[in-house]
Amino acid sequence: MAVTTDTAASVDSVVRPRGLWGWLTTTDHKRIGILYGVTAIAFGVVGGTEALLIRLQLATPNGEILSADAYNQMFTMHGTTMVFLVVMPAAAAFTNYFLPILLGARDVAFPRLNALSYWVFVFGGLFLTLTFFLGGAPDGGWFGYAPLSTQVPEVVRMDYWALGLIVLGLASVLSSVNFITTVLTMRAPGMTLMRMPVFAWMATVVSFLLLFSLPMITVGLFQVFMDRNLGTTFYDAAMGGEPILWQHLFWLFGHPEVYVLILPAMGIVSEVLPTFSRKPLFGRSFVIFSGMAIGFMGFGVWAHHMFTAGLGPVAEAAFGLTTMFIAVPTGVKIFNWLGTIWGGSLRLNTAMLFSLGFIFLFVIGGLSGVTHSIVPSDAQQHDTYYVVAHFHYVLFGGAVFGIFSGVYYWWPKVTGRLLDERLGKWHFWLMFVGMNFTFGPMHVLGLNGMPRRTYRYPEGLGFDMWNMMATVGAFTIATAVLVFLANWWRTRTRGEIAGPDPWDGRTLEWSIPSPPPEHNFDIIPTVVAEDDFWHRKYVEDDSGNPVAREAPVESPVSTEPIHLPSPSYHPVLAAFGIFVTAIGAVYLPWGLLAVGTGAVITMWGLFGWSMESLTRREHE
Amino acid sequence: MSEHAVEAHSGGHDAGHARKVAMWVFLGSECLFFGTLIATFLLYRGRTGDGPAASDVFDIPFTSVSSFILLMSSLTMVLAHHAASRRDRRTMRIWLIATALLGTVFLAGQVFEFTEFVEHGLTVTTSPFASSFYLLTGLHGAHVAVGVLMLLVTAFMSFGGRYRDDEGMNVEIVGLYWHFVDIVWIVIFTVVYLLQV
Repeated sequence: MAVTTDTAASVDSVVRPRGLWGWLTTTDHKRIGILYGVTAIAFGVVGGTEALLIRLQLATPNGEILSADAYNQMFTMHGTTMVFLVVMPAAAAFTNYFLPILLGARDVAFPRLNALSYWVFVFGGLFLTLTFFLGGAPDGGWFGYAPLSTQVPEVVRMDYWALGLIVLGLASVLSSVNFITTVLTMRAPGMTLMRMPVFAWMATVVSFLLLFSLPMITVGLFQVFMDRNLGTTFYDAAMGGEPILWQHLFWLFGHPEVYVLILPAMGIVSEVLPTFSRKPLFGRSFVIFSGMAIGFMGFGVWAHHMFTAGLGPVAEAAFGLTTMFIAVPTGVKIFNWLGTIWGGSLRLNTAMLFSLGFIFLFVIGGLSGVTHSIVPSDAQQHDTYYVVAHFHYVLFGGAVFGIFSGVYYWWPKVTGRLLDERLGKWHFWLMFVGMNFTFGPMHVLGLNGMPRRTYRYPEGLGFDMWNMMATVGAFTIATAVLVFLANWWRTRTRGEIAGPDPWDGRTLEWSIPSPPPEHNFDIIPTVVAEDDFWHRKYVEDDSGNPVAREAPVESPVSTEPIHLPSPSYHPVLAAFGIFVTAIGAVYLPWGLLAVGTGAVITMWGLFGWSMESLTRREHE
Repeated sequence: MSEHAVEAHSGGHDAGHARKVAMWVFLGSECLFFGTLIATFLLYRGRTGDGPAASDVFDIPFTSVSSFILLMSSLTMVLAHHAASRRDRRTMRIWLIATALLGTVFLAGQVFEFTEFVEHGLTVTTSPFASSFYLLTGLHGAHVAVGVLMLLVTAFMSFGGRYRDDEGMNVEIVGLYWHFVDIVWIVIFTVVYLLQV
């Protein structure tokens, strides 16, 4: 075992506030990771409730539960919430918590910037969710197509949407800059780029995707906001504006965003499968390079969302082809995972089950995705439930199952206790069955011609039974989530103590205690191999089988003092200022007062921020 | 946005280096931002509707002069950086403030130009051309304004005598941003003002 005692190194004694104030001012990447995770679960309950209302409305013909207006708000906010407030922050939770540890670092490159991006994200999410109480939530679809998003300027709903996404985008750009810098400058000695764990690689690719795709939608969102509030003519066809431009800008972001959602899950699965197959990841470099290929190609396929917009045969053929090509690196990964399982001695615990479920469901979603790349076929499927089925297989069956795999895998590291396996398996099977019941029938519904975004359908079109099945499935998923929450609650105090390395893990996070000390590593590890921690525990015999080392490699003991980032309230203050500014901007012109106030608060936060490090430096 | 913690955290890694990397990464993102704005402008530049076209309102000699002033600010920025690397803090401050002044003159020119255009009937609502012109040049102006603020803060923070070790690095990072904003202006000036098709 590596170093486990805290006495080996002396940590500087910065006073750390406890309780709520401690969480508000934390700059520890692990606590920020936990904040992201808890926030994602909370928003997941919101987004899930919206989904259940949608399914209740559609369970039977001529549904009476939601009005057309309420239904528009529900599906718009369900999409927006699940993408921006659930899956992205859930992935960010893992990245925040584990990226520095996987790299052998004490924290991210900019701890306070990290806190700022979390708080900006939270306020952006609140801003979007509060709209339910402020005259109605956004109702123009999560894709915000102009002129749906630009007309009726007297209703502020889509202003909330446009501004909320700008704020959330700011948070993502900040954290992407932070993560990329962390990866480029903070790796432990010997941790070459190709020795980085696959999850760290996927987090890096995701950061680049966000960095290069968010600016494009930000410009589009500015244009939507200005069209609505300043009377500009970007998307006003009567004045020569081009609504198709919005679609391009949206999907130039929106398609890379799909990979932003799925790549972290792929990274998690690439960590879980080797651990529970007791084999190294098969074709590791292929997994990494195919992830990079997906990242690059993700920018070249956006117009496949617009095949029915009338782009012309050349563009449609080109984008049809690139879309088929992007299935290649994705398929490469699938075969690598199968190769990893092949011949391994599998342990089918909950984390592993979720990873296997991920592979199964993601393949289905991937295959229906390929059918969309065939333009004539897409023309039939467009805007039907077939599309809904496809992207839920990818984003629920893929991203969410991958995330839950990570939850069960890393929970003992974060909390020090194992989640209950029996409840975990209930959780998995309920969710797996429920998911197939919900989204499987949607393929049929779509092929039968049921359109998306319709709030009500007449009897006798062949939709009734399938819709009822889907609704039953949705409630099964909700039950599975309740089982998970119960598991969390139950194991909080009664869960089995995990110890530092419960799974016989391969990567650096398992070499430190659970939960990790604030400074992560008593001494920064020196890395000599891929899966470095595994090689500290095992050698290979003549036939290549792992044999436990008699005496595990001990890390040297350091007495060097360790400095940790001080807590700071300036990030949360600056983020609050941005929130006030955004609220003011919705209610122009009199909101200008709030815009000014918010700007002052933000400047106050940023100024205090830069002064803070000055005063600390003086102490030294 | 100095990050003191990095230094201590990265086991001998250079905190300033991390901040420089971060600025480069951020500027990569900014390239896409301005690229998108320029693409929008290119799409819309002929769509003037009933409003004035570019040739009706632009005063190329005037904008050339203010562009020249902005480009000269890159020179003073280099001089500030040079002074900082010599640890000549007095000269450094002078050049930093000079850079900020040149940036302010450019901004004043932009404000003057915009009022002229509005008097000629080119407002944000006139046409897609006008909307995309004001969005592109307006957001560039906002970047210049942020840059001026950063320059002034850097200059005035050096008076306290603090930041001794980081000062050169701060100037270098602000310089990266400033040069980027200048380079983007060269592209904007060329595409928007000079290439009249």
